[in-house]
Amino acid sequence: MNVTLKVWRQEGPSTPGGFVTYDASDISHEMSFLEMLDTVNEQLVAAGEVPIEFDHDCREGICGTCGLMIDGIPHGPQRSTATCQLHMRKFRDGDVITIEPWRALGFPIVRDLVVDRSAFDRIIEAGGYITVPTGSAPDANLVPVPKDASEAAMDAAACIGCGACVAVCPNGAAQLFTAAKIAHLNLLPQGQAERWARTVNMVDTMEEFFGACSNIGECTSACPKDISLDFIALMNRDYASGKVKQRRLTGQH
Amino acid sequence: MILDSKVPDGPLAEKWEGYRFNMKLVAPTNKRKFKIIVIGTGLAGASAAATLGELGYNVDVFTYHDSPRRAHSIAAQGGINAAKNYRGDGDSIFRLFYDTIKGGDYRSREANVYRLAEVSNEIIDQCTAQGVPFAREYGGLLDNRSFGGVQVSRTFYARGQTGQQLLLGSYQALARQVGIGTVKLHTRAEMLEVVLKDGRAVGVVVRDLATGEITTHSAHAVVLATGGYSNAYYLSTNAMACNGTAIWRAYRKGAYFANAAFTQIHPTCIPASDEFQSKLTLMSESLRNDGRIWVPEKAEDPRPAAGIPESERDYYLERRYPAFGNLVPRDVASRAAKQQMDHNKGVGPLHNGVYLDFRDSIERLGRDVIETRYSNLFEMYERITDENPYEVPMRIYPAPHYTMGGLWVDYELMTTVPGLYAIGEANFSDHGANRLGASALMQGLADGYFVLPYTVGNYLAKYLNTDPVSSEDPVFKDAEREVNDRLSMFMGIKGSRSVDWFHRELGMILIEYCGMTRNRPGLEKALSEIPALREEFYKDVRILGDSETLNQSLEKAGRVADFFELAELMCRDALNREESCGGHFREEHQTEDGEAQRRDDEFAYAAAWEWTGADSEPTLNKEQLVFENVELTTRSYK
Ligand SMILES: Cc1cc2nc3c(=O)[nH]c(=O)nc-3n(C[C@H](O)[C@H](O)[C@H](O)COP(=O)(O)OP(=O)(O)OC[C@H]3O[C@@H](n4cnc5c(N)ncnc54)[C@H](O)[C@@H]3O)c2cc1C
Ligand code: FES
Repeated sequence: MNVTLKVWRQEGPSTPGGFVTYDASDISHEMSFLEMLDTVNEQLVAAGEVPIEFDHDCREGICGTCGLMIDGIPHGPQRSTATCQLHMRKFRDGDVITIEPWRALGFPIVRDLVVDRSAFDRIIEAGGYITVPTGSAPDANLVPVPKDASEAAMDAAACIGCGACVAVCPNGAAQLFTAAKIAHLNLLPQGQAERWARTVNMVDTMEEFFGACSNIGECTSACPKDISLDFIALMNRDYASGKVKQRRLTGQH
Repeated sequence: MILDSKVPDGPLAEKWEGYRFNMKLVAPTNKRKFKIIVIGTGLAGASAAATLGELGYNVDVFTYHDSPRRAHSIAAQGGINAAKNYRGDGDSIFRLFYDTIKGGDYRSREANVYRLAEVSNEIIDQCTAQGVPFAREYGGLLDNRSFGGVQVSRTFYARGQTGQQLLLGSYQALARQVGIGTVKLHTRAEMLEVVLKDGRAVGVVVRDLATGEITTHSAHAVVLATGGYSNAYYLSTNAMACNGTAIWRAYRKGAYFANAAFTQIHPTCIPASDEFQSKLTLMSESLRNDGRIWVPEKAEDPRPAAGIPESERDYYLERRYPAFGNLVPRDVASRAAKQQMDHNKGVGPLHNGVYLDFRDSIERLGRDVIETRYSNLFEMYERITDENPYEVPMRIYPAPHYTMGGLWVDYELMTTVPGLYAIGEANFSDHGANRLGASALMQGLADGYFVLPYTVGNYLAKYLNTDPVSSEDPVFKDAEREVNDRLSMFMGIKGSRSVDWFHRELGMILIEYCGMTRNRPGLEKALSEIPALREEFYKDVRILGDSETLNQSLEKAGRVADFFELAELMCRDALNREESCGGHFREEHQTEDGEAQRRDDEFAYAAAWEWTGADSEPTLNKEQLVFENVELTTRSYK
């Protein structure tokens, strides 16, 4: 099949960018979307043009490195699917496909389709962990965890940190990402000791980098792992409790 | 040089404890005076950096990814082993040790493997406390499953995402230290050279992948946790960026490289669909519990699976290995599949697969049971192939997956360069000639959480109150210049073919001659073809753009250049090892019925290769393996 690509090209963080049109010809239906881009890049190199830079690594939908805005939809038309798992059979011969980077204040562009998502790491550093110095843990079966709690924590922990939720949000908010991490830890017995401080610190850090949530809910539909909006509700509840509890615990009623 | 593995004296079960008692300690207040560089944030690197930070060392950690959480470890599906014996099925530290030694076909070091089994239990405790959501039973306790090649249930798992959850655990522990300030994190930062002074490792040269800036960093010790080199084959199950540059650069600086030919080809991967295939996807080994593997009895049978009657199907694993059937270890299953292909019995549009058929289990157990067991895998398969495995059999084929070989390390995980350590898949340590399922994650975390943080102190103690070598020192300036020169050399070639083209060509040579089976003429051929292709690469590779911005072609060029040399060493090592063991199958050395023939009298050693320069052959050093606690037997799965 043959498709036409309109690709965002931008040389660096502070240079202006723009769309460039490329013909992708003789594309096999079996190819993944990224293999199609590989092929276009091969053709560009052959023609002496600088290839398109895009981020990717595992190509199995688990590392969260890939992430393209395809026709205005993060990760493209197939639901619950990361860009790297999307295949060309989802497109038709003659399609014109627009490819852009994630666009959000919190994710500055590095080059072409590659953005800087390190603000996510800052949120985790602010409290997205359980403090257990190596070697200090009790036997793993000492604390039974109800299967439901463990499954719910796993649902949240499935987040791959790709940033699609931020990219799709008109406000560029990172609520779904942050909530998923908070819920993963707050739902487990092991995570209780730091629950309130974790929530407050992570949410406050999130707000330094990202926009405010206005409950639009697009994030969950863009998520390749179907992370649920319920986790945002949990985060908001814990944030409110956390603010109160933290004040009490530090003696500032 | 005589290789000193520094294995402590004493009975096997007391070695590690004895070592810890006798080693030199660094007092807590002195730890912050030491600077340690860790390269890599996979399971091994993240757990090491986090633990070293907790202990109070000054740590700098580097990864070429945009976040530590993206390391290739994230893709591990199946699980992680530990000798907890939570099932009460007779498991023990000794049994895990024994299975690992036997599974590795008696080509690993007893003392290291025993220590691995010993700390395996602490890993599960540590990860659970960190919030890793391992699968649980209704009573709330941890669940286990079993994996190929063993008879107990000792594998802990988190759905099909065990690697992801373990990595998030160590990434979070690392993030905590970054937040506190004991660890400095450098992302999109690729280490391109190890720096030595007076024979000791004193730092590294790093390229910022976003800006192209080259910087040098000095430290008292350097730890490489940079993963395996399966991508030398081009098509593998590894993430696209996995590469051998860090360990190869270290090798060229004097660290010995051991057992380069010991690679693992995983039997259950989705076959390539066209020539543009960029990587191969692993389907969990667990599928072999319920799927039956077969090919048409007739060569080049054009009929679809459904059109082939039962009597004309060859369930070749069940036929050849009645005791283990479809659950024979990975190396055996992979070789058997290749033989079918060699007899033109491959299935699918490109005739490059064998069937993995769930028809009988669906009939026996019902579709819903199969669905609960494997639905995510079936979905993944359908997404990639557009075929529904509930209705038509899956097609699978072996793919390069893991490298047992790596930098030679002693009991302390130190390479032959003092102050330079290698942990995780980057070293050669624990898996001998074949790794058992669910043991790589265990080893990465054992090294990173529980071994290296101790052993490094034994080396550092000597250097108390000495500053790291200044990064103004000529050794750093020289190394920086070398890196810059190499990058400009690549940019200056201005040839006609892309880096990927060369990588693909290299991969084809390597899989053909140094893949599932090897023989002398083939390896010799590879040893003449690889250098020729490499020469071509240095003349004709085309890298566009410039080196002062993100330039993925330039990144790849350096990695592929190193793969060329590494591939040669793999072939050389395979040629030297005139025996068949584990993943290394030399056609000249097989039994009458085609099984691997080990030659313990001559080859019970680790082959540690020493770089002697670009124009001369490497020198072979042997670490003789001594088995005092297990008896060497022939692996049989009949
Ligand atoms: C598909 C798949 C499934 C698997 N499933 C299992 C399983 O179920 N159970 C199991 O036990 N094992 C499994 N394995 C094997 C296991 O995942 C790996 O062996 C293990 O995760 C390796 O961990 P590591 O920390 O050594 O390296 P990696 O996770 O590969 O990390 C390497 C790190 O080094 C960095 N790096 C490398 N070079 C440089 C450089 N030059 N400069 C800067 N940074 C660098 C990278 O950025 C990365 O952070 C699987 C492997 C694959 C491919
Ligand atoms: S490349 Fe890893 S999720 Fe897409």
